[in-house]
Amino acid sequence: MGNGYVVPAIVAVTLVTVGIGFYGLRLARTTSDFLVASRAVSPTWNAAAIGGEYLSAASFLGVAGLILKYGVDVLWYPVGFAAGYLALLLFVAAPLRRSGAFTLPDFCEVRLGSRRLRKLATVFVIFIGWLYLVPQLQGAGLTLSTVAGSAYPVGALLVAAVVTVNVALGGMRAITFVQAFQYWLKLTALAVPAIFLALQWQADARPAVTPPDGPAFRAATTVVVEHRATLTFPDGDVRQVRPGDRLDFAAGDPVPEVSGTAIDATDWLLPAAAGEDDRGLFRTYSLILATFLGTMGLPHVLVRFYTNPDGAAARRTTLVVLALVGLFYLLPTIYGVLGRIYTPQLLVTGHTDAVVVLLPEAALGGGTAARLLAALVAAGAFAAFLSTSSGLLTSVAGVISTDVLGRGSVRGFQLATVIAGGVPAVLALNVSGLDVSEVVGLAFAVAASSFCPLLVLGIWWRGLTDLGAAAGVLVGGGAAIGAVLVTVLGPPLTGWPATLTAQPAAWTVPLAFSVMVTVSMATRRRLPRGVGTTMLRLHAPETLRL
Amino acid sequence: MTEADERDVPGRTAESAPVPAPRAADPAPRAAQPRRRARIVLAEVSRSGSRADRTRSELAQQTRVGEALVRGLVRAQLALALRLSLLVLVGLGGLPWLFAIAPALGRTTVLGVNLPWLLLGVAAFPFLIAVGWAYVRLAERNEQDFTDLVQRPER
Repeated sequence: MGNGYVVPAIVAVTLVTVGIGFYGLRLARTTSDFLVASRAVSPTWNAAAIGGEYLSAASFLGVAGLILKYGVDVLWYPVGFAAGYLALLLFVAAPLRRSGAFTLPDFCEVRLGSRRLRKLATVFVIFIGWLYLVPQLQGAGLTLSTVAGSAYPVGALLVAAVVTVNVALGGMRAITFVQAFQYWLKLTALAVPAIFLALQWQADARPAVTPPDGPAFRAATTVVVEHRATLTFPDGDVRQVRPGDRLDFAAGDPVPEVSGTAIDATDWLLPAAAGEDDRGLFRTYSLILATFLGTMGLPHVLVRFYTNPDGAAARRTTLVVLALVGLFYLLPTIYGVLGRIYTPQLLVTGHTDAVVVLLPEAALGGGTAARLLAALVAAGAFAAFLSTSSGLLTSVAGVISTDVLGRGSVRGFQLATVIAGGVPAVLALNVSGLDVSEVVGLAFAVAASSFCPLLVLGIWWRGLTDLGAAAGVLVGGGAAIGAVLVTVLGPPLTGWPATLTAQPAAWTVPLAFSVMVTVSMATRRRLPRGVGTTMLRLHAPETLRL
Repeated sequence: MTEADERDVPGRTAESAPVPAPRAADPAPRAAQPRRRARIVLAEVSRSGSRADRTRSELAQQTRVGEALVRGLVRAQLALALRLSLLVLVGLGGLPWLFAIAPALGRTTVLGVNLPWLLLGVAAFPFLIAVGWAYVRLAERNEQDFTDLVQRPER
């Protein structure tokens, strides 16, 4: 692609990110500034920062790509990503803030007073953090190679380096400003081009999204195949294609059916019906469970709650986040749907994650306005990689510096940041075959099966014991991690085993809850002594000044 | 809804419903209240003043009264959260099942768009925000009831 505006736009986003970081650095003086922004962050800024941190590569690129490929059934991703904040608001937000815990390991110690449980939680925080960081860096590598033609490692290493340096030097105060700025950038970067795209669709006399003859190419297109696939042409011709094959299509040619994509118009348009395949319904419910309950267990989400002044403010901040995130998730659907009309070649190449960055130029032509919009979208995508990686890195580094290195100093935090950023950078270089949205979904499943039961039972049930919590996290979280490893590293599976490992939440979450409750009831003698005082602290409003 | 919520804080309706705790007295619960001078007896003075302080120390020292108060608050907040999540569970969680057993619903179009797309792509988000907004309001009311209960100057 020869869009000369893209690289300057990405450089500008990176520079502004670093620039605001250093503006914040002037204000960050003490360890407390670094870790919790001295709690001087207003709810609106904090909410925008949480939103900015949360909307990752999976949200910005992945959701639209999935909708382009699979249609209505994957609309549950954006709904679930937003609903996760509602679950967080209902069950966790205010009590967690009142607990005074800064990280999940802190919460384990405050609530259950167990050092060993704290260590276990530390391991899970680091695992989930890295599992979530790798696809962000990968997304950066793939995007930069799509829009600027660079080699894959360049984008991944660039984002890893910028984020590591920024977090190490600026700490969290800087990050709050950076994240808030990036939320608005991401919203603008999707909303403005979406308006132009909708107008263009009107001007083109509203071409049907699902024409009766299936999707067709609007212009003459040459497709370079990237993955081995089986194509079925409308005339019944079946062709095996290999990476590197070039296929020429004339304007008006129908798009061939690709094995493994829901390209059939009915499948794409209508939800899974009963009877034909129960696995579809299982997958949908598993996805709903993972995203609804996983958000509260993501390490970079929880850290933010400590920057609220009190429990009531934490609640109101969460509500604002829910609104901001919900507003954002209206947009990827537009890209996914219009991608069916303007970029059907992505269905053949299988590179559907690129739909957001490719759509503006494909739909609006190669004029200056279209290229500027494409550059804006690319800048937004980079903001997504930078902000989510920063948030994850801050929380993983915070846990490493306090629980692994055992030092609370600024220097210790900086050392921890380099470790926390280096490992996923190396991993991202070596595993380029993973699918961005799939891995992010697995991170949600692990969080939902380990930290969600720990938080919900810890906050609402007096009977939780340290042994019960540890057993639940080990069994439920362990099962989810096992499913992740089988999906990512294991042999390709089919049928129910594939479904149960690719979307494990529907069985691992109930497993974690029931093990936690059963073991706690069996070890009732280990109930922490001050549980009444802890419950009072978690739930009593601060206005009482107890 | 509101009546039910208030009843979730045990003791409140039974003890303070006839005379709701006067809000105006809240800002200075610690101050000796001159107009109620006749009710102050030595035992209470030795416990550092007002009844509000005594309730507070009951909470802090985890006496049975204090523990019952906290249990009531936790139960009220949990009941509220569970009720609203049930609403979401039925309202959103029922959709895949509904679409599965009634495929005709998926083919219904509103303004030229298929119903599932409208419900999941657009309507779900305002619905979630509305539930969240209701929760924040009701949870704050539960806490206010608890505060009133602890700080009420007189039985």
